[in-house]
Amino acid sequence: MGFAATVTLGLAGLFALAWVIRAGGRAVLTGQSRSLVNDMPLTAAFGLLVILIYAIVAIAAPVLAPFPEREIVGSQFQAWNAEHPLGTDRIGRDMLSRLIYGARNTVGIAFATTALAFVVGSILGLWAALTGGWLDQLLSRFVDALMAIPALIFSLLLLTIFGTSVLSLILVIAAVDATRVFRLARSVAQGIVVMDYIEAAKLRGEGAWFLIRREILPNAMAPLVAEFGLRFCFVFLSISSLSFLGLGIKPPTADWGSMVRDNATLITFGDVTPLLPAGCIALLTVAVNFVVDWQLHRASGLKEG
Amino acid sequence: MSGDILLKIEDLRIEGRSGDTWSEIVKGVDLTLHRGEVLGLIGESGAGKSTVGLAAMGYARDGCRITGGTIEFDGIDLRRTSEAQRRGLRGKRIAYVAQSAAASFNPAHRLIDQYAEGPVTHGVMGRDKAEEDAIELYRRMQLPDPEGIGFRYPHQVSGGQLQRAMTAMAMACRPDLIIFDEPTTALDVTTQIEVLAAIRDIVRQFDTAAIYITHDLAVVAQAADRIKVLLRGEEVEEAETRAMLAAPREDYTKSLWAVRSFARPERTDSPGAALVSVQGVSAAYGKVPVLEDVSFDLHPGRTMAVVGESGSGKSTTARVITGLLPPSAGTVLFEGSPLPPALKSRTRDQLRQVQMIYQMADTALNPKLRLRELIGRPAQMYLGLRGRALEARVRDLLALIELEPDTYIDRLPGELSGGQKQRIGIARALAAEPKLIICDEVTSALDQIVQEGILKLLTRLQDELGLSYMFITHDIATVRAIADDVVVMQKGRVVDKGPKAQIFAPPHEPYTELLLSSVPEMDPDWLTGLLERRAAQG
Repeated sequence: MGFAATVTLGLAGLFALAWVIRAGGRAVLTGQSRSLVNDMPLTAAFGLLVILIYAIVAIAAPVLAPFPEREIVGSQFQAWNAEHPLGTDRIGRDMLSRLIYGARNTVGIAFATTALAFVVGSILGLWAALTGGWLDQLLSRFVDALMAIPALIFSLLLLTIFGTSVLSLILVIAAVDATRVFRLARSVAQGIVVMDYIEAAKLRGEGAWFLIRREILPNAMAPLVAEFGLRFCFVFLSISSLSFLGLGIKPPTADWGSMVRDNATLITFGDVTPLLPAGCIALLTVAVNFVVDWQLHRASGLKEG
Repeated sequence: MSGDILLKIEDLRIEGRSGDTWSEIVKGVDLTLHRGEVLGLIGESGAGKSTVGLAAMGYARDGCRITGGTIEFDGIDLRRTSEAQRRGLRGKRIAYVAQSAAASFNPAHRLIDQYAEGPVTHGVMGRDKAEEDAIELYRRMQLPDPEGIGFRYPHQVSGGQLQRAMTAMAMACRPDLIIFDEPTTALDVTTQIEVLAAIRDIVRQFDTAAIYITHDLAVVAQAADRIKVLLRGEEVEEAETRAMLAAPREDYTKSLWAVRSFARPERTDSPGAALVSVQGVSAAYGKVPVLEDVSFDLHPGRTMAVVGESGSGKSTTARVITGLLPPSAGTVLFEGSPLPPALKSRTRDQLRQVQMIYQMADTALNPKLRLRELIGRPAQMYLGLRGRALEARVRDLLALIELEPDTYIDRLPGELSGGQKQRIGIARALAAEPKLIICDEVTSALDQIVQEGILKLLTRLQDELGLSYMFITHDIATVRAIADDVVVMQKGRVVDKGPKAQIFAPPHEPYTELLLSSVPEMDPDWLTGLLERRAAQG
């Protein structure tokens, strides 16, 4: 049985499991959560299941991994065998264990970064659109200036200045990405702030925070959620690029991006091991976008009630 | 040829799609139109008027499909012909005039270029001939400067003129049939007259048959030979115009009349001290002055109507009172003490006293909030209600606007009809327990029967709660129905003001006279008579 057949079978198994869970949900749940499950497409159930599995793996990494993350436990480039199911890497660390710890590091950092970029970018964007005038000019022109600098070079510059800890990595990529989110949030909100219900809320004497949170944000949610799915994938890419350049996640720490690079030579020998971390990224990306598409469909009001 | 009959529609059935399901929206309508005859098609929105009108061209909108019946135009069965053949007829022998000329003209081309497109593509006449013809028709449509107007772009021409230019364009190939889809609905009363008269004349001059679609009975009475009333895709009744106006048979048709007869009893008590006093207010958007020296008083428990055509400064006056637009001169007094000009410097209690209801309930209600929060928020904010007390208040308010609380409290605005949404707008204003409610064209976007319901509700609330209304409208019938006092505005100035009886009784100010005499009446001879009287006055 070839590798491709195993992967196909695995994916089919995941879909089947997703279907079973959804069917179970429909039978057991009632009320609000029932209607949520009812209109859920199979792709979304699959996406949620995959994300759930990733989350469990990331949280329970020390329990699940057969070997420690950074320890050399065997000889270099071992083939798949009973002791090391996915072999070992170029200095003899266990591939499977590093893959499991990688979920914790890479996904955790990517999620934190995207979330931070969205919180900062969308709040500032909505605020700029709502207030207008000099505040809007100031923020928008500042963002324009930041966007004029190529993102990778700018991140490199900032990381060189602030050093390459995980925290500064998150902050720097979030800052760069927040500019894109700001642009989107601002342009979406500009179409919303001219509506009569915003005027009505202003007449009521509502403050800016209430207007952003309760009046604008629910109506701007759909495009922002869609952008979240895309941004999440781009952040993976940024982290991998930075790791490749030696400024991302530092070597002993397992990271899917750098694991691909480190073991790339194996591909020339017909071994698929280096593609596994890439496959993990791809699967998660697809899963996230399945869920995002479903949420988008709901938020755009096409299937209300 | 089938003799004198131009269009014969039998048992027309059209389905419309919502989501994944198709439902019938036109349920077996028959229609016969003779050459040179004008048929009025009336009904409230959703009655299927426009759908039937378009089907007369063998056309169904996206999301609609013709499922049954025959459409025979001059002996040609439009349902059996090919799309290419139908395209050959459209524009050449059957033309269409849309409701909003401003939205239907291509803004990037001059009027005359768009005029010439039809005749040239259909091979009726060459480009030069078409331009000559355009000028001739512009003249007949009584457009100013007929030689030059065609060389302007749509945005350089007023709404009423555009509508006439569009009618001229529909006439370009001298069609046998023109379908007018609400051609005057979006226009002011004063402009409506001009367009209506021009349409009627040109249809008579060329002996063109027409289907005139509208929801306004008084308008269609001026132009149509026969009237057909539709309700939810079915015919209610059809009769000669005079016969129908004199003696409508069906209850539904009678109810269309009844709307106009709604009137609140006159008030006889004398008004108290002014609740709001607008004193010498001028305002401008940037450097463009929009209000000049506007003054009037609004009394507690009364309804003051502000009338005037669009651009007369009615809504701007409301924006000054609410504080959205600080005036450049003058003050607004509330119960004798001046209101701070800007919204930000007003206290919460000052904000609470003046509430606003908007024309378009669709854009005035946040589509993502449930009614519980939409209505509850003002009560929570101004009156400090929380939890149970808040919920009880929201339920009371829903009951007050005649919506069943249990059914509606957790709905979204998208799950309500147009009239219900406007009721929510009213409930939201009431939740603040204000003294003054500004109603900005609140009934303009609604059907007549729904309008009547809203007006009755507003009147009842006023009697129960002692509210004052500032009622901005361009509809004189509404003013007659509910106003106590009237302010007439034109070009940012108050040209006439006083109690309703005084404004509506002669002698009138010249502009008031023009406004009042432009309101269509339920009399097929009204337009002819009016035009004769105006011509006689010179």
